[in-house]
Amino acid sequence: MAPPADARLRLETVRLTALFGRRAVLKDVTIIFPAHTVTAVIGPSGCGKSTFLRCLNRMHELSEGGWVTGRVLLDGADIYDSHVDPVQLRRRIGMVFQRPTPFPTMSIYDNVAAGLRVNGHRGRRELDEVVERALRQAALWDEVKDRLRASALALSGGQQQRLCIARALAPQPEVLLLDEPTASLDPAGTQRIEELCHELKRLYTIVIVTHNMQQAARVSDYTAFFYLGDLIEVGRTEELFTRPTKEQTEAYITGRFG
Amino acid sequence: MSGRSVRRHVTSGLMTSLVAVLSFTAVFALVLILADLIAKGASSLDWDFFTKNPVPAGQSGGGVANAIVGTGIIVGLAALIGLPVGVGTGLYLAEYGSGRLGWTVRFVADVLNGTPSIVIGIFAWTRLVRPMHGYSALAGSVALAALMIPMIARTTEEMVRLVPHSLREAALALGYPRWRTSLRVVARTALAGIVTGCLVGIARIAGETAPLIFTALGNLNFTTNITQPMQTLPHEIYEYAQGPFEEWHRLAWASALVLMSLVLLLGVTARWAIRQRHGAAR
Repeated sequence: MAPPADARLRLETVRLTALFGRRAVLKDVTIIFPAHTVTAVIGPSGCGKSTFLRCLNRMHELSEGGWVTGRVLLDGADIYDSHVDPVQLRRRIGMVFQRPTPFPTMSIYDNVAAGLRVNGHRGRRELDEVVERALRQAALWDEVKDRLRASALALSGGQQQRLCIARALAPQPEVLLLDEPTASLDPAGTQRIEELCHELKRLYTIVIVTHNMQQAARVSDYTAFFYLGDLIEVGRTEELFTRPTKEQTEAYITGRFG
Repeated sequence: MSGRSVRRHVTSGLMTSLVAVLSFTAVFALVLILADLIAKGASSLDWDFFTKNPVPAGQSGGGVANAIVGTGIIVGLAALIGLPVGVGTGLYLAEYGSGRLGWTVRFVADVLNGTPSIVIGIFAWTRLVRPMHGYSALAGSVALAALMIPMIARTTEEMVRLVPHSLREAALALGYPRWRTSLRVVARTALAGIVTGCLVGIARIAGETAPLIFTALGNLNFTTNITQPMQTLPHEIYEYAQGPFEEWHRLAWASALVLMSLVLLLGVTARWAIRQRHGAAR
């Protein structure tokens, strides 16, 4: 795969292996995510795609027995370097999960501001601005601007998920990781999130895990296919879906297994 | 209907009536107690009862102001000691208690939970009353706190464990340090449950008598000095109910009614607190 020449390299993994105890669930993955692109990670259940995503912001090591070998480079610097604080790192790499996870005790406003407050931002004006911008970016502003003080749980599932996206965007991360963000949404909610991916890639580098191949085809510039912990193939999305080079890829995208 | 279907319906109907009768029995006990207390105690609940101190034995009149204030002070002090320790322990157990130390703390808490309260009272007597050369309200509070801590620790742990793991992950992924995730997100989400646990714990110790016999002792006079023996409602009931005077029995019934209402009030507040939270949260 050849990223566009002008794109600044954003995120890459070099021989990344993820383990639970002594069991490797992801083996030797080397991949590049060019800046301002959307990369879809696809593959059957249990292929390691979620684990892979969780290695990119060091969430994997929080799981019981989780550890990695290899390197993950963010702008050339290894995020697993001993002097990198994973807590600080996660403020640069935002993540949205499969199910909406708004903080139930916080209002809409406080949910979006949470990532800033934990970073020491307290100024009222500054918070107001950032919250509005993040909600606008997540295409939620118009729906909630009159009830920012309401409980986040008053929103619909799709709105909650966009709230979680806004919450992840507020601290202005460089990379946005989406772990099957539409798995629990209806078609309308799914469409909104997919449209968002297109808009947000102007500002962020996006990696999206999905089990839905049509979605991968719709939203992504690049697609990576994982199977049984191996990265089988990665390439431009239209090429991977029309002219896969590996037999397993072809079998999967044509629906012969999955 | 086939034979099997009829049998199923009959069995279902029988079982439903059975559990209905059993539930009614459980509720009936409470109704009986309350009815008795109201019948025998309500008539004595006048202004004097709440504002006057006991009068010398054999005379009529007087109230139990000393015991009401005493219960307030001793239970309040016990809560002051017990709530932070109990809630803190529960948080620790839920968030960091997966290792050997957590296992040990949990085991000790469960054993303490099952310890008869009179044993706690004797323990407080040997460790506090004797070294301090005298019965005191403070010793009573410590004994009650010791009863309360394991109870609150375990309910807090249960409540915190109910918070979905995904919420914790969401906070960590946002760059929350672990301790802040525990406090700002996890504990706050579990707050309604924790508060309920605390109220139930307070209600539970408010009625304890045995540990106070060896510690706070009881006092016929009004005092707010926590280094002195102090009267409490349960202890006052215990003394007066055994006494030879009709007047004492009357006061004991009324005190029992007051104590029962206090416990009921705490229970209802706990229910209300949980409803408030869940209404907003679900």
